[in-house]
Amino acid sequence: MRLACPFCGLRDEGEFAYEGPVMDWPALDARPAKWVDAVYLRDQPRGETRELWRHHLGCGSLLEVVRNNVTHEVASVGHADPAETRALKVRVR
Amino acid sequence: MQPYSALSVIWNGLTGQRDWSRQWRDREPKSAYDVIVVGGGGHGLATAYYLAKNHGIRRVAVLERGLIGQGNAGRNTTIVRSNYMLPGNREFYEHTLKLWEGLSHDLNYNLMFSQRGHMALHFDPAGRDAFARRYNTLRMTGSDGRWLRRDEVRARAPYLNWSPDARFPIEGAFVQERAGTARHDALVWGLARAADARGVQIVQNCEVTGFIREAGEIVGVETSRGEIRAPKVALCVAGSTGPLAARAGLKKLPLETHKLQAFVTEPLKPIVHTVVSSAQEGLFYLSQSDKGGLVFGGEIDGHPSYAQRGGPRIYSEVMEKAVALMPWISRVRILRQWAGVMDMSMDGAPFISTTRVPGLYFNAGWNYGGFKATPASGWCYAHTIAKDEPHELNAAFSLDRFARGAMLDEEASGPTPRLH
Repeated sequence: MRLACPFCGLRDEGEFAYEGPVMDWPALDARPAKWVDAVYLRDQPRGETRELWRHHLGCGSLLEVVRNNVTHEVASVGHADPAETRALKVRVR
Repeated sequence: MQPYSALSVIWNGLTGQRDWSRQWRDREPKSAYDVIVVGGGGHGLATAYYLAKNHGIRRVAVLERGLIGQGNAGRNTTIVRSNYMLPGNREFYEHTLKLWEGLSHDLNYNLMFSQRGHMALHFDPAGRDAFARRYNTLRMTGSDGRWLRRDEVRARAPYLNWSPDARFPIEGAFVQERAGTARHDALVWGLARAADARGVQIVQNCEVTGFIREAGEIVGVETSRGEIRAPKVALCVAGSTGPLAARAGLKKLPLETHKLQAFVTEPLKPIVHTVVSSAQEGLFYLSQSDKGGLVFGGEIDGHPSYAQRGGPRIYSEVMEKAVALMPWISRVRILRQWAGVMDMSMDGAPFISTTRVPGLYFNAGWNYGGFKATPASGWCYAHTIAKDEPHELNAAFSLDRFARGAMLDEEASGPTPRLH
């Protein structure tokens, strides 16, 4: 499996570390039960998933990857923080 | 069931091997049972066997999507050990090792259980101290464990890298002599034969596609071969737990599904006489099968996956570790490489549990330690299903332990499944 890092280009999966699913975290003052669920319980998608990966042996960017966990086809790779993508575009131009 | 004995082997040897009967029967599903076990792997078959043997429940069906033993039961590296330290894990894995010690006789089936010892190498004082704590705990809780100094390890394992410029100079090892390996296919067939003899019905090519509910309770399953009813439905489908549990109403679970690779080389003359493991620069474990192949593996691929195949990153990492520990292995050819799909739980410990859905029972989350656990997993799960409450041996493996802060994090790596 290879991932197309928006900053570095197409790289082998060995340069990246899986950081967990893309999810909405509860508010900091939410009930403890909400936080228990958020920290310990996971949706169980089979097929296309939205995940966070870090390019830890490259630019270090935190990436949002849409990937099929049955076929390992990668649909898209982008910065997890959209502001980073915008900043990158400005600089390249 | 036709009992096996030395006499029956000699008799059939003299009479042209014509007098053997089928080991177990592949049944047509009936419309109702007392218990349905979903999943015909080692754990599912062991559960059915102990339901019949220990609890007298004989109207039991084991429903298997494909053929029995073709999932992780046939994809593991066959290592059996009980060197777990935390209360909860400690008693459970000791119980499984004790069951293994009598299981060939119990099942009247040669599981080729070989207590050849498991040697965990250490490379520095910190590693020695961490292991000393673990193996002292084993000794204080009725198990065996011993520290071997460098020269003692060298006498047992001259094939390791003892050169002065070794990448990881070995300082010593901790050994559990009662640990070892067993034949995984024999375990599956031995359990199937013994369960079948006690009235359990094994139904192959029968995929569970949904669950039948009445008044909020699960009262049966929909399968590719029609509806089958039972007041108790027991999930035992490691690797497919997430999607199936979601259909049963458990949408979110404390686990992720990852894949783990394993490798086997061409057969060699006997050289590695124990199980060898190393936790230096990531996990590595190796043993030699009775056929002579070196069976070994390392860490999981590190990202969620349902593909039963591995990626080249782990392939090369495992080979590097193998060559660093035993340089001669670089001249041995790899015969096969494969991957299994496993439930990686949030704390690295498994689940044998009742659930909040009445009629539904849950066995999952074996990370990559499921093979050794097979007998005790079935033993405890059968108890949980029959009595509607866990045995004290699996009370710590409940699904709701995270909400109570009762994690069983043997590796102390936190709620990150890929690190367990």
